[in-house]
Amino acid sequence: VSTITQTDQAAAGSAPRGLAGRRGLGDRSFQWLALGCGLLVLVILVLIAVTTTQQASSWFTTEGWGIFGTVWDPAKNQFGAMPFIYGTIVTGIIALVMAVPVSIGIALLLTEVVPFRLARPIVYVVDLLAVVPSVVWGLWGILVFAPWIQHIYAHIASAVTGVPVLGFFFGTPTSGASFFTAGIILAFMITPIVTSLSREVIATVPAVDREGAYALGATRWEMIRGVVWPHSQGGVVGAVLLGLGRAMGETIAAALVIGSSPTITSRLFSTGYNMPAVIANQFGEASGVFRAGLMGLGVLLFAFTIIINVVARAIVERSARRSRGA
Amino acid sequence: MQRSRVQRFAAAGLALVAVTSFTAACSSNNNGGSGGSGSGASGRLNGSGSTFQLTFQQQAIQNFKSVEPNLTVNYGGGGSGKGRTDLSSNVVQFAGSDSPIPSDEVSSFHGKTVLYFPVIMGPITMSYNLSGIKNLKLTPQLISQIFQAKITKWDDPAIKAVNPGVNLPSTPITLAVRSDSSGTTENFTLFLEKSAGSAWHLGSSSTVSWPSGAHAGNGNGGVAQIVKSTPGAIGYVDYADAKASGLSFASVKNKDGNFVAPSPSSASAAGKTVTVAPNLTFAAVWQSGATAYPITYQSWVLVYEHQSSASTAKNLKAYIGYLLGDGQKLLPSLGYAELPSNIDSKAKAQLSKIAS
Repeated sequence: VSTITQTDQAAAGSAPRGLAGRRGLGDRSFQWLALGCGLLVLVILVLIAVTTTQQASSWFTTEGWGIFGTVWDPAKNQFGAMPFIYGTIVTGIIALVMAVPVSIGIALLLTEVVPFRLARPIVYVVDLLAVVPSVVWGLWGILVFAPWIQHIYAHIASAVTGVPVLGFFFGTPTSGASFFTAGIILAFMITPIVTSLSREVIATVPAVDREGAYALGATRWEMIRGVVWPHSQGGVVGAVLLGLGRAMGETIAAALVIGSSPTITSRLFSTGYNMPAVIANQFGEASGVFRAGLMGLGVLLFAFTIIINVVARAIVERSARRSRGA
Repeated sequence: MQRSRVQRFAAAGLALVAVTSFTAACSSNNNGGSGGSGSGASGRLNGSGSTFQLTFQQQAIQNFKSVEPNLTVNYGGGGSGKGRTDLSSNVVQFAGSDSPIPSDEVSSFHGKTVLYFPVIMGPITMSYNLSGIKNLKLTPQLISQIFQAKITKWDDPAIKAVNPGVNLPSTPITLAVRSDSSGTTENFTLFLEKSAGSAWHLGSSSTVSWPSGAHAGNGNGGVAQIVKSTPGAIGYVDYADAKASGLSFASVKNKDGNFVAPSPSSASAAGKTVTVAPNLTFAAVWQSGATAYPITYQSWVLVYEHQSSASTAKNLKAYIGYLLGDGQKLLPSLGYAELPSNIDSKAKAQLSKIAS
């Protein structure tokens, strides 16, 4: 805000006297309007947080710390959120493990390998992934992808049964709609945002540093490892966290492919649930504490995504500041 | 250039207005001439809730236009819970609900009297996918064991005992259930609770904790899709969707000990013997009657007894009166069951209670 007022004064001071009054009014009203728009978003956000928390209050009061219980069974009035928190974390991790290397690879390809002329069309194609509506990902996932990958899951499961660690994660039972399928679909969905943010961060690496590395006889790989990576590390971590925030909040696609079974299991190929999906699925017929519980899941999810986004923004900001200073 | 485009727009707009008002005038004339049954209700009614009622409401709204051309009715789905919430917060004038208002929700209606109008009944089928087997028979005990994963293969001796002479395969049973909370789930589990008694451990609710390994689909259509694409699957699907997907469904043993196949008429038969409470709530599952289908459920339209304005009261009477009257004739072709006359007449008698 302070910089805006400074430039305002500068503009007003340099303008001819006759016009200053009119121009000042226009500027001032614009300033108020812009401020109003900014505050409106904040007010809406706060109101959402307050009303959802209010509506969820009966869940918090009746369950107490039981909100983090491991059983969600509306028929028996048990509303523990842990299966959904677990599912949200597991699918988020799977999505990141798959999306991050690919995204950073594409970002490096665009900035370091191909000439600018060729990079543009690749950027377009990657961004197109972000345009596909969530429900289309979900429907494609459940109608095309899940039946196809189910066989692969079954093969993997029978191969690893009895193997110590692998069997623990990839053993039976298997289902086409599962933690893993949801993770893969989410990976597709977060690739564009992680790619474009990483690309922007990597693009800020000063050309002088690169040239310097080459001048010392570094290969392209050594240059990336020695110059690009240390410089953009923080920004890329931030981009990854923003991707995680997106993956955690994704609703319809996850609701369709995750299998809709509130279980905590190490088997990634079995059916599970996550927080946004259970809200979307069960809200229609819910009442009383059940309804409050779903609202409460929304509050928890809201809190988690805010924390992740704030941390991610902070990391990105810090690395941007540092790179400007360097 | 700029002006001529504006002019063209204006001209087109005027023409459009002229045409629409002309057609509107024509159509209202036509209706005034042929129908004449309209009681002069006009305005707008909004409803939401039960997705079980959705197809019926949509068709009824379509046909109701010729009865009361000046009254616009909208019905959005969203589920019974959403309908009741919308009614209690005055977002809609009527709600569709598959169950009476649960006790923990009563307070949100602030002591105002809510009237129940039963409008629709329907069977829930036990749809299965076993090639070559057309007339499977199931008892409530078998269904409860299957849906608790205590029977896991189709050639289990218990299933064979009920189906002598049927060549059951050793295929594992895949359960197909709802991923979304649903009145169908609630009434299906209510049936199991009533019929299987203590053998049923999962309780009765719009969302039930099914055994792990159950495949969950969204809506009746989603469950039907799973059953259709998975050999050895069995799922609970409403009759209309099971028919539309071409699924085979089992005959279920009723309270009188007869195996009855789901159909609009066997569902209506279940309503004939049901005990109706003074506020017109009832549960049609597990009713006696030789031809009654045991997994039959029902849905209500909920309205406040005291309306804020006389015109809303009049509009509600006109529309609900239609649902209970001529609207009932639409039901069998949509895959639902008509209300038996004993319930229908009680509901019609209650219409006069809606007042401002």
